[in-house]
Amino acid sequence: MPYLSLHALTRRFGDQAGVFDLSLGVERGGILALLGPSGSGKTTTLRMLGGFERPDAGRITVEQEEVTQLRPERRRFGMVFQHYALFPHLDVGQNIAFGLESLGVRGAAAEQRIGEALALVDLGGFARRAVAELSGGQQQRIALARALAPEPRVLLLDEPLSNLDPALRERTRRELRTLIRRVGITTVIVTHEQEDAFDLADTVAVLNQGRLEQVGTPEALYQHPATVFVARFIGRSSWMTGRLVSREAGILRVSVDGAEWRLREGVAGGVINPGPVQVMARPEGLALAPPGRGLAGEVTDRRFAGAGTYYVVKTAAGIHVEVLAGATDAAVGDQVSLAPVREPAGAEDGLHLFPAAGA
Amino acid sequence: MSRGRRIGTVVLALLLAWLVAYPLLIVAVESVRGGTGGWTLEYFRRFGTEPREWQALWGSLWTSVASVVLAGLIGVPLAFLFERHDFPGRRLIGALVALPAVLPPLVGVIAFLFLYGETGFIARMVQGALRMDEVPWRLEGAWAILLVHAYSMYVYFYLFTRAGLAQLDHAAIEAAQSLGASRGRTLFRVTLPLLAPSLRGAALLTFMTALASFSAPYIFGGGFRVMTTQIVFTRLNGEYGMAMAQTVVLSLLGLAGLWLAGEGGPGTGRAGGKGVAPPARLIASPGLRLAATIGGWTLGIFLLLPHVTLLLLSFVPVGTWTIETFPPAYTVGNYVTLFSQPERLRPLGNSLWMATLATAVAMLAALAAGVLISRHRSTVGRWTERLLAVPWLVPGTVFAVALASAFSVHAPWVARIILVGTIWILPLAYVIRNLPLASRAVLAGFRGLDPALDEAAHSLGAGRGRTLRRITLPLLRPALAAGATLAFVTALGDFVVSIILYTYDTRPLSLEILSSLRQGDVGIASAYGVLLMALSGLVFALGSERQVVTR
Repeated sequence: MPYLSLHALTRRFGDQAGVFDLSLGVERGGILALLGPSGSGKTTTLRMLGGFERPDAGRITVEQEEVTQLRPERRRFGMVFQHYALFPHLDVGQNIAFGLESLGVRGAAAEQRIGEALALVDLGGFARRAVAELSGGQQQRIALARALAPEPRVLLLDEPLSNLDPALRERTRRELRTLIRRVGITTVIVTHEQEDAFDLADTVAVLNQGRLEQVGTPEALYQHPATVFVARFIGRSSWMTGRLVSREAGILRVSVDGAEWRLREGVAGGVINPGPVQVMARPEGLALAPPGRGLAGEVTDRRFAGAGTYYVVKTAAGIHVEVLAGATDAAVGDQVSLAPVREPAGAEDGLHLFPAAGA
Repeated sequence: MSRGRRIGTVVLALLLAWLVAYPLLIVAVESVRGGTGGWTLEYFRRFGTEPREWQALWGSLWTSVASVVLAGLIGVPLAFLFERHDFPGRRLIGALVALPAVLPPLVGVIAFLFLYGETGFIARMVQGALRMDEVPWRLEGAWAILLVHAYSMYVYFYLFTRAGLAQLDHAAIEAAQSLGASRGRTLFRVTLPLLAPSLRGAALLTFMTALASFSAPYIFGGGFRVMTTQIVFTRLNGEYGMAMAQTVVLSLLGLAGLWLAGEGGPGTGRAGGKGVAPPARLIASPGLRLAATIGGWTLGIFLLLPHVTLLLLSFVPVGTWTIETFPPAYTVGNYVTLFSQPERLRPLGNSLWMATLATAVAMLAALAAGVLISRHRSTVGRWTERLLAVPWLVPGTVFAVALASAFSVHAPWVARIILVGTIWILPLAYVIRNLPLASRAVLAGFRGLDPALDEAAHSLGAGRGRTLRRITLPLLRPALAAGATLAFVTALGDFVVSIILYTYDTRPLSLEILSSLRQGDVGIASAYGVLLMALSGLVFALGSERQVVTR
């Protein structure tokens, strides 16, 4: 049984989206990210973990102990709030001491623990600083030190990087990952940024409208999206309508606007019978070829992105398909054709089939 | 919502309903109650047919509207001048602008009496300068009331407009200019419309204050009738039913004003936008700068004159000042008398203990409301908040009459006990009058706090008690100080409620000032006034300590 478990957790709100029948588990020392757009229920889930929202149904357990009805102050879950919620009238040391006092740790013992917590986030000597003097990044680290100082059983992070500017974000993310792993604390992170979830967590749960879409490693989510939502939400993708022509000996033949592509069995998440399908392609799954060798189209836009160049190809059906290729492969206005990079293409090649919309 | 919170909210709501709504209900009922116990509209019929009553109603209405216009005409341009322009002495005079606020209503009226009244300095100076046989004017009637109102109420327009200007999105003004609008067009098409919520808030506050004004009409009214004084005189004549009918009419007039303004109270007006206001610019043209400087200093002197007058008069020995322009003799004897005679000192003690108690109780009620309803939506909570605001919507005279009626009967089975005539009725009245000021400040403070701070404290193992003590209360200190300051100063200088409800044992400073004045003891009256003024100023100074950063 996992260290931290959510069993069929449900929270309904009158008008807003809630959380429905959510079950998840995190092993001891594991890092779980709750990823989803706004309104997906990820923050509500985190707040239920923290004890700030009471679930309407379901249970939360830590180390087999049920904590569902436990008040936040009894739960021993550390939380880093989105806007940090540092106490503005207390200095940095007093902020950290606040949680220690709840455990009865005072005086010299407290001073030592404060020092350790500050050293952990690399802000030794900041104990007497006022909160208002801290930069955004420093505030975040103090909030982390404050949450970790009482040695909680679980660490909860609410959008930990959303208040940092892009330059700082990258570095903070790296530091945060190193720190959480070094402490070895079981962690749940809420984020709407795929990059944050992939970088920080070893397991990612994708939520949509209060329901769990898929849970797995970042690689699994990218390469084997279970639902159209996950496929669209994780990574870049282009969507074409096609037709599954035949399914023989593990090879699927799919026709897209006259071109026929051969795919391997793994590209279809569910069982799909011959007939109309949605074909999803990652930019790196298709290659540009001279006209006549696949799906015909015209290059309408080209965007240089360092390691590669993104081309937008408009097919005869009027669909815009994004393709990652070499910088000199084509120019805007060229007639090209699109085909899988490899045939027969597997899921790891960035091609997937989903049932046709409405089917 | 937890069970304890729900019970607490209901208890608070019931308590407020009993103290705030119930007395008003009793007034409404008694205004249609015949002497023999049946129902009657006799009092309203008489109200409708007596010209005196109509005069009073009309007087209240037009002086209140005129006060709004006058206060706006003074306050709004001043706010623009001080917010947008710099000139020598701006900071000093800017600080003086709030001076009318430390002048309790009755004290201000008396200062005006000795300054501009027929025996006041200005009148005597004019008389002496022009060698006239008689005093040049009498400070009496509507214009005297309006003069006092303009002096004390322009502050609302000034403060609201400055606050509105400070949070105005300056980009909107620059956008108008870049679209080719002249300064005048920008002012009328962009700036003033954006300020409309602030101006509406100030207008409503001024209207309600002017409607409820009692001291000025009481002292200067002469034959000029307004509703507040009319109610008190009718009660003095023993016509209680008639007084109830007048009270109902005055309340309805206040509600009508509120309804017309379409707003829920003072200070709800907020101009939109988050832009940064530009720093005040030094006026470029030397001529205009000189004009602004002279105008500013003249204003400063005008604002300071009442205070100086009182201070001066407090040193005048009894009976020495008769026909001279300025008093011929000065002494500290008045203060010595005041502090050495226990009977003279008692009103000061009375005002202090009653104001302190009333402030403490009102703040506790406001805190309870903050904890119980500020972040939890519920029907009971909404009604509690409305009840807290009611004493502000109803003129003080109305409330005093309502409390006097409700708590003069021993009938515990209908929740009525005798408090009138005891020492408790006046502190209770102060508490109720203080509720809107205290709860407004405290609720706003609570709502300004990031709820995540509470949650952070809980997640760090602190229960409700420790969170309140260590996090919420320290962060609320500025809001608590602001609410308590206003409440204390209002209660300390109260006259309108006191004159209806006081007993000999609880007579407050304001009534002692009035009786000293009636005995011709101008020096003692002024000394009391100075004391009241100084205490108010001191409390304001203590209450306005620099705000701690709360976010």
